[in-house]
Amino acid sequence: MNIVRRLGAASLFGLGRLGRMGTFLLKAVFYSLTPPLKFYRLLKQIWFVGFQSSLVILLTGAFTGMVLGLQGFYTLTRFGSEAFLGPMVALALVKELGPVISALMVTGRAGSAVTAEIGIMRISEQIDALELMGLNPYRYLIVPNLLAALIALPLLTAIFNVIGIFGGYLVGVKLLGVGPGTYFGEMVNYVDLTDISGGFYKSISFGAIIAWVCCYKGFYSGFGAEGVSRATTQAVVLSSVLILIWDYFMTSALF
Amino acid sequence: MIKVEDIYKSFNGFEVLRGVSLQVGKGEIVALIGKSGYGKSVLMKHVAGLMKPDRGRVSVDGHDIARLNAKELGRLRSRFGFLFQGGALFDSLTVFDNVAFPLREKTKLKEKEIKDRVLSELDQVGLSGSENKFPAEISGGMIKRAALARALVREPEIMFFDEPTTGLDPITANTILALISSCHKRLNFTGIIVTHEIPKIFRIVARVAVLDEGRILVAGSPDEILSSDNPTVQQFVGDSIEGM
Repeated sequence: MNIVRRLGAASLFGLGRLGRMGTFLLKAVFYSLTPPLKFYRLLKQIWFVGFQSSLVILLTGAFTGMVLGLQGFYTLTRFGSEAFLGPMVALALVKELGPVISALMVTGRAGSAVTAEIGIMRISEQIDALELMGLNPYRYLIVPNLLAALIALPLLTAIFNVIGIFGGYLVGVKLLGVGPGTYFGEMVNYVDLTDISGGFYKSISFGAIIAWVCCYKGFYSGFGAEGVSRATTQAVVLSSVLILIWDYFMTSALF
Repeated sequence: MIKVEDIYKSFNGFEVLRGVSLQVGKGEIVALIGKSGYGKSVLMKHVAGLMKPDRGRVSVDGHDIARLNAKELGRLRSRFGFLFQGGALFDSLTVFDNVAFPLREKTKLKEKEIKDRVLSELDQVGLSGSENKFPAEISGGMIKRAALARALVREPEIMFFDEPTTGLDPITANTILALISSCHKRLNFTGIIVTHEIPKIFRIVARVAVLDEGRILVAGSPDEILSSDNPTVQQFVGDSIEGM
């Protein structure tokens, strides 16, 4: 009986938290769609989430493309199909790896920082101070991060894809001898616009997940340094897991 | 006028406030004293609308705070000033920008007027010359003074002070209390001060309320509190009287 009671209490607690997360997202969306928009803060967050993540995206994109080129070449050679290396690299990047790895990188680099910043603002009463000035903390803290992630993620994904394809070209064409015309020519034949747009829809939705989870965890972080560090870890883990789960559903719906 | 009527508040099953009632008249400053961790700041945050009571009613000028919508609460709060225990200055802004923040966001003043008002307020709290420093670069006492300047820059009608002198040396603490007193004379705000600064605080407040075990044990003028024969009140002020 005790176990049933505990299970019930845990379920109610979980449902309550889910409801709070859902309400948080709804408020963030509502305030994103209604003026006034804090434009300067939005630009600052685009700079932080987008531009400052570009180096890590360039590096991971290049090496992901290079690994794909290497693995793809040896696998396709077994079937005498190395001519399809270009489409294979491009499709893997555009449909899956580009959006997913970019999102995971942004979660680790920018999402964790956003959680920590908002969490520290919470525990040092800076958010209370905003409210007591008659200002809406969603407009100041949450909306700029949400919009910045929605804008930056597709752009970072595009950079990741281009650099990744170039990385595959370096390994496949320059190192392993696939013809450059074959690499790019076949790519044009096999990669559709729907593949590219599908990847971008994914990256936009991943941006929403990152901003939602990371801002929420910071906004409701616990007390003290321990509370903020726990919130930061939870934000990164939960965002990453949700990105991978959501990726499955997006893939089954889009392609 | 601030009116707190029989409010209750629990956190995770622990009842912090158990039927607190308190009134603060217009232009009056009331000091809230009591043991640490017994709900003084919680009570003040209820009055400021940062928390909602489980039961009871908090009203400011007749407006029930818990029943106001976000817009109405925002309008009411624009009449408030709040000095947080840790200052709550925005880390990413300089002292000047921190003090200018409420003016930039909530008024239509021109940048020149904002600059004049901010510099004048910083001068009042003795922070001239520190306006370009960030909160991380100044001392605890300076943070409190900058936070006081930010709280007062819009000339609030109602001020809340959450342990304004905690963690400060006696000289800086006296300076802060003197600043609060002089600002009160200048602006005639209604105020609540949560403090342990006994008996110094008695010089600047009209009334003192002692919070104990989630209720207001005694409320009265500083003289009434000092002459109270309630043993718990004596525990709070006894040592201080001897020191006076």
